[in-house]
Amino acid sequence: MPEKVQDTVIEVKDLAVGYGDSVVLRDISFNVDRGEIFIILGGSGCGKSTLLKNMIGLYRPLAGQVLINGRDMATAEGTRRRELLRSFGVMYQSGALFGSLTLMENVRLPLEEFTELPDRAMDLIAVMKLEMVGLGGYGHYMPSELSGGMRKRAAIARAMVLDPQILFLDEPTAGLDPVISAEMDQLILQLAESLNMTFVIVTHELPSIYAIADRVIMLDRQAKGIIASGPPKRLRDASENPRVQAFFRREAIPEVVQEESESSHE
Amino acid sequence: METATRHPACPDLPGDVCRIVEQSDETMILALEGRLDADAVALLWHPLVDYIEKEAPQNLCIQADKISYCDGAGIGLLMELARKQRKREAQFKLRGLKEEFARLWSLYRPEDFLEIGSSRPHPCCLPEEVGRLACQAWRGLLDMVCFTGELTVALLQAARHPRSIRWPEVWLVAEKAGVNALPIVGLISFLIGLIMAFQATIPMRQFGVEIYIANLTALSMLRELGPLMTALLLAGRSGSAFAAELGTMKINEEIDALTTMGLAPVPFLAVTRVLATVIILPLLSLFANLMGLVGGAVVLRSLGYPLITYINQVKSAVNLVDLAGGLFKTLAFALIVAGVGCLYGLKTRLSASAVGDAATRAVVSGIILIVIADGLFAVIYYFLGI
Ligand SMILES: Nc1ncnc2c1ncn2[C@@H]1O[C@H](COP(=O)(O)OP(=O)(O)OP(=O)(O)O)[C@@H](O)[C@H]1O
Ligand SMILES: [Mg+2]
Repeated sequence: MPEKVQDTVIEVKDLAVGYGDSVVLRDISFNVDRGEIFIILGGSGCGKSTLLKNMIGLYRPLAGQVLINGRDMATAEGTRRRELLRSFGVMYQSGALFGSLTLMENVRLPLEEFTELPDRAMDLIAVMKLEMVGLGGYGHYMPSELSGGMRKRAAIARAMVLDPQILFLDEPTAGLDPVISAEMDQLILQLAESLNMTFVIVTHELPSIYAIADRVIMLDRQAKGIIASGPPKRLRDASENPRVQAFFRREAIPEVVQEESESSHE
Repeated sequence: METATRHPACPDLPGDVCRIVEQSDETMILALEGRLDADAVALLWHPLVDYIEKEAPQNLCIQADKISYCDGAGIGLLMELARKQRKREAQFKLRGLKEEFARLWSLYRPEDFLEIGSSRPHPCCLPEEVGRLACQAWRGLLDMVCFTGELTVALLQAARHPRSIRWPEVWLVAEKAGVNALPIVGLISFLIGLIMAFQATIPMRQFGVEIYIANLTALSMLRELGPLMTALLLAGRSGSAFAAELGTMKINEEIDALTTMGLAPVPFLAVTRVLATVIILPLLSLFANLMGLVGGAVVLRSLGYPLITYINQVKSAVNLVDLAGGLFKTLAFALIVAGVGCLYGLKTRLSASAVGDAATRAVVSGIILIVIADGLFAVIYYFLGI
């Protein structure tokens, strides 16, 4: 495929997200380009999963909007909505495999829903995707018969089975061993390069961030917004913000800063 | 190229994506072009795979240099061709696939996919199935016996040390299973009283003894229908809820967590629920009796009898023993409803649909056991002359 001009697949404009009256994040704006690997960072509980769920249209934003391929997920209806749904895959933090289906049926489900492929083709593709995440031979297992990391990998396989334009992954490598984590990173790079897929990934794994990220945004709970954005190495080396520095140096946040921001929070 | 005429191209193949370049007895060269995404592959799969199957070439060579896009579905199609060839011990060659797709292709090895297992383990033969089911039933029975024992011990323990019971939880369950059930219990019993009285009106009128409708309603409500209907409602409403609650806890490893914290699940979870049910079921069924009588009263009032006549008639028809006999049964029913609910909840297997199964089984077994117990009570009361 000829190299495309940089085009924006996801536009987030002045987004505010939260639950009911409690605002978790506000004034979030960023763009994600096609083929980019975009990473969302931030401390536990700062609202990464919430942001992700707002981006895929599961929750309605409190303010602002999210455009995927120029369309607003929150208001899309009918075939438009279906098209949009077809264009992205999601892996949830908990895996969210269907417990009453075997792994293979789980992975096949998006194929059945969105393509006209014959049965055998779906079987083969499902098996291949499972093999891709190192779960060859586990197709007929129920999710409850697997370990946590295996479930996670199966969830990755399910999210990737349609090779969608955009993949949203919520902590795909948390709980996986370093070897498999590295393999997953390779896979992500491969897909981004070969199929020009766009990735929006929530992760805390520093090595994997350095390995794959094109761009990173860092969210913060006290600031309720983005406190830094840019390529990971630049954030590590050039950021002035002590919270960002602490994150990249894997240190506890200096007490002075904590007090400062808490008082500013009040 | 010149040999292409010898075997005319398969007419079903969509020509714009797939072309047969050369075909001889031994060798087939196939050119694929354009986008190989899920939509294109869906059209191509059957014709192409069937055609290759039919022709069974010794050498299959795919010219892939014109493929402009090839995602998992496209790789899947190539893989299908490759594994078919390999299974026949024939050759497969892939030529000219663009670098980026070639790397995707190299993630897989055809020999890994020679046999694709079905997505579910095959159901086995009948005798094995029967044996398995029998085994399950037997184990289920053992579970029930064990659980009954455990529950009895826990209840006795609780009776000896009433302070060890977690009363706040008991009241919470009592509120959810009892107070919140008042509307439905009230409505159903009122309607049952009403309908029963109403149905009895016509035969009774033939003999001019409409006033005995009061006897009929009072006796059947107090002795049978009040307790029975309430217990059945509770089995459907709360027995299933207990099973689902505990089943979900089991799946989320909450039960394991309790166990490792030194809190045995039966005393901790089951006893509170059983106690709450034992407390509320008699009360609920008292309420049901009352509402049933109200239903009867409405019918008699509409037939023109004054309320006081109805009340006097009811008083003469039933006594406290009838009421107590009915209420005593509810204690047994309560044990059954809560016990069965908790049992199936705690025995839930580890899968999502298992919670649903547990709830279903709790309701079904609960209802069956309640009716059986009711029958036993009828026999016992008969011999006791109650
Ligand atoms: N269903 C909910 N209702 C109300 N508040 C919620 C809900 N889910 C999450 N929250 C709150 O929103 C905030 C952000 O939660 P979120 O799950 O997005 O965090 P996260 O950044 O993904 O954290 P982690 O890295 O631990 O997954 C938290 O403070 C949490 O308490
Ligand atoms: Mg999260």
